[in-house]
Amino acid sequence: MQPLLKVQALNKSFCTRAGVFKRKHAQVLTDISFCVGQGETLAIIGETGSGKSTLARVLAGADHADKGQILLNGETIEDDGIRCDECRHIRLIFQDPTRSLNPGLTIGDMLDDCLSLNTELTQQQRDKKIKHTLTRVGLLTEHYEYYPHMFSGGQLQRVALARALILDPKVVVLDEALSSLDPSVRAQTVNLLLELQRESGLSYVLITHHLSLVKHMSDQLLVLNKGKVAEYGNTLAIFAEPKSRVMQRLLNV
Amino acid sequence: MAKFSLFSEESNRSPLSRLWRKFKSNHPALVGLWVFVALTLLAFTAPFIAPYGINQQHGDALLLPPSWHELGDVRFILGTDDLGRDVLSRLMNGATFTFGLSIVAALVTTLIGVVLGTFAGISKGFRSSLLNHLLDITLSIPSLLLAIIIIAVLGPGLLNTVWAIIFALLPQHIHSVRNLVVEELNKDYISAFRLDGASKWQILTRGVLPNIYEHIVVIFTMALSTAILDIAALGFLKLGAQPPTTEWGAILAENLSLIYLAPWTVGLPGVLLFIAVLSTNLVGDGLRQVLKGRKVD
Repeated sequence: MQPLLKVQALNKSFCTRAGVFKRKHAQVLTDISFCVGQGETLAIIGETGSGKSTLARVLAGADHADKGQILLNGETIEDDGIRCDECRHIRLIFQDPTRSLNPGLTIGDMLDDCLSLNTELTQQQRDKKIKHTLTRVGLLTEHYEYYPHMFSGGQLQRVALARALILDPKVVVLDEALSSLDPSVRAQTVNLLLELQRESGLSYVLITHHLSLVKHMSDQLLVLNKGKVAEYGNTLAIFAEPKSRVMQRLLNV
Repeated sequence: MAKFSLFSEESNRSPLSRLWRKFKSNHPALVGLWVFVALTLLAFTAPFIAPYGINQQHGDALLLPPSWHELGDVRFILGTDDLGRDVLSRLMNGATFTFGLSIVAALVTTLIGVVLGTFAGISKGFRSSLLNHLLDITLSIPSLLLAIIIIAVLGPGLLNTVWAIIFALLPQHIHSVRNLVVEELNKDYISAFRLDGASKWQILTRGVLPNIYEHIVVIFTMALSTAILDIAALGFLKLGAQPPTTEWGAILAENLSLIYLAPWTVGLPGVLLFIAVLSTNLVGDGLRQVLKGRKVD
């Protein structure tokens, strides 16, 4: 079976200024490759500074890789840092929903912007779609008129989810999106995510610290260490028998 | 799931109306706002509602004290000056010059400042650092001094004063707007908006500007109080408005020799200047406090 999302030999380095004319290169990602099938979840774990968030940003298109390809459904969407702009099939959910939503716009306006920038729908169709999406993530249609400051953290994460889902993406990248929620709200959100996955065959790339969450949600696991793939494979297999030092340390074996 | 209040119109307010609600609870700022509005109206309508013309002389009434004084005359409520001109009419018309022109100057400054500041904010690298350092140099000169230098080049006169003030205030403006834009552009929701496919223009108009316009209003009020003081100061130094123009600073300078003989001709323009600057600062300070409170939320 052709995998939905395929990442090949992704490289990314940052250039920092070390002196007046000197530049320092910091290699953040080295030869990252993985595949995600439709309706599957890939979890990415690793220590702080191991390049998880950079990977998420590169996948979603917020940053560009230096080298490597990202393929979606067999089509190349990013090749050596050149991305075709039309592609909105991979959507990113940020870590902190209070900061990733524009405080000056209502939820409806914000979602409307998303749609009008990427689709050819008419105003009525957009309204209908926004209301449909809001109910889909467990919010009410009345929330159309609400401003972000009127929501609690858990609800805001639902709004962020609605924003990601409204363009009918194929892959949703969750960059620590569940870490800031308290356990009960997190459980709700996780159940919501799994339900959406069952309904529409979404694929998730889950970036997190929580091992229990990884075990619960993911089919595959990728362990990053200093920008390199330390271990990659079936989640249960890795949990049962970790091969890399990093994973062994994480699991306290 | 938590229970929602479905009909929560009270709390379903835009950031702007929340701002107004908090601003209303700050009474000194509200009084300042009313005075500000009154002065603005006066600035626009003064020539029509003033009882006498500004240069109309009354030979029978020289140096009359205000009407509540026992020597005063009720025809001239605030008295007359040494040429028999009605002080009230002159002061009312002065609002047009000192206050009205300050508003115009501050508006123009804000407009240019926002355009250039935004440009500076979105530019990167060499262009941005060049612009920054140029602005930093001009920032080290006080605005009044800069205005005097510009007047020295352009020559004295009311219109030149306005230009001088605009140019003198512009660097600070561009700088503050630039900082606001840069701060805003680094926020997560801007990169989220960019991921939605927004162009640079859309990011500016939908993402950045709706979140900084209150700050721009605060900057505007600061510019306004500086502009009032600068116009009056330049008028007083005989570099700006020339007598018989009824600019408050010029009136002050013109009547300075009468200070012992007719203190009302000097005191009243001073009081008006004080009120104008105070009300502007009260409004600006009230706005700033509200904004600070909103950040805490």
